[in-house]
Amino acid sequence: MTFINYASKEINCKIVYYGPGLGGKTTNLQYIYNKTAPEAKGKMISLATEADRTLFFDFLPLDLGTIRGFTTRFHLYTVPGQVFYDASRKLILKGVDGVVFVADSQHERMEANIESIRNLEENLTEHGFDLKTIPYVLQFNKRDLPNVVSVEELYRVLNFKREPTFEAVATTGVGVFDTLKSVAKQILVELRKR
Amino acid sequence: MTDFVLYEEEFHRLEDALMRLRQEANARAVFLIDKNGQQIASAGEIENFDSTSLASLTAGNVAATDGLAKLIGEREFSVLFHEGQQEHIHISIVARRAILVVIFDERSSLGLVRLRVKRASADLEKIFEAMVQKGETATGAAGSPSPFSEITDDDIDALFSE
Repeated sequence: MTFINYASKEINCKIVYYGPGLGGKTTNLQYIYNKTAPEAKGKMISLATEADRTLFFDFLPLDLGTIRGFTTRFHLYTVPGQVFYDASRKLILKGVDGVVFVADSQHERMEANIESIRNLEENLTEHGFDLKTIPYVLQFNKRDLPNVVSVEELYRVLNFKREPTFEAVATTGVGVFDTLKSVAKQILVELRKR
Repeated sequence: MTDFVLYEEEFHRLEDALMRLRQEANARAVFLIDKNGQQIASAGEIENFDSTSLASLTAGNVAATDGLAKLIGEREFSVLFHEGQQEHIHISIVARRAILVVIFDERSSLGLVRLRVKRASADLEKIFEAMVQKGETATGAAGSPSPFSEITDDDIDALFSE
């Protein structure tokens, strides 16, 4: 649900990074945070366990500049990927405008990817959204690892609606901004339609 | 899913209501936040707080507490109170969709804050009702297209070119 403030001339949108545990959602946000100019970003908040696993969410506010005189602000959130945090994961999707699914390209994580997309679809439905219509991007992360599934196979198994897909190595930033741009564009195009 | 649109007139009415609350409750700062974590309006010593982080964490806090309420069969916990050594935070739900946050110290008291929040909530609810009505009229009037209907692909690309 985009928040349009005519008084302060701001558009605020919410993007959620979803995906299985240890897939690189937080790493995506950390890379964006590190590479964004200080005036364009707020503080990054990570509610994590002592072992640095996401407990509730990570949050990063970004200003992307102005469009038709309105400051365009994106609030980036990650969800906790571990299966047993489903109640928390569901909460973060409230009011979402666009979703990035960060898939782990490793062979042994394929089942987890599939399960997580199924879970995303379910949780979106509970909030009255539909994965078929919501702005959505699929990222194949960890392409630098040796034991990865081919991109063709990932696409065949994980692609939901011919959404844009990006190969990524979040630790070094490959594909990270392309992914963000793609989902942000879809959100703005949606805004135009309304 | 409808967007949340805030026009100047209601924004100023909300700000006035928050300023009044902050004064009458003798609070340090008052924030009104959308349940999705976006700040709507604020009053008081706001420069002392990171309001974006505050909005996001408060919304997370309220969402988690709502989840807890449902787990034990309650509809919601409408008030949350965090007591610190010097600073305290009073959080309450307004008009089902917004969160009112009052930050106060020893110059005020929980009793006073609760009392003033109750009155302010009624005022805020009226403003929200007006906003909803205005929103419905705006969508009903075909003659007033949103400024975003004219966004071009170039506008969008320009955002990412820097």
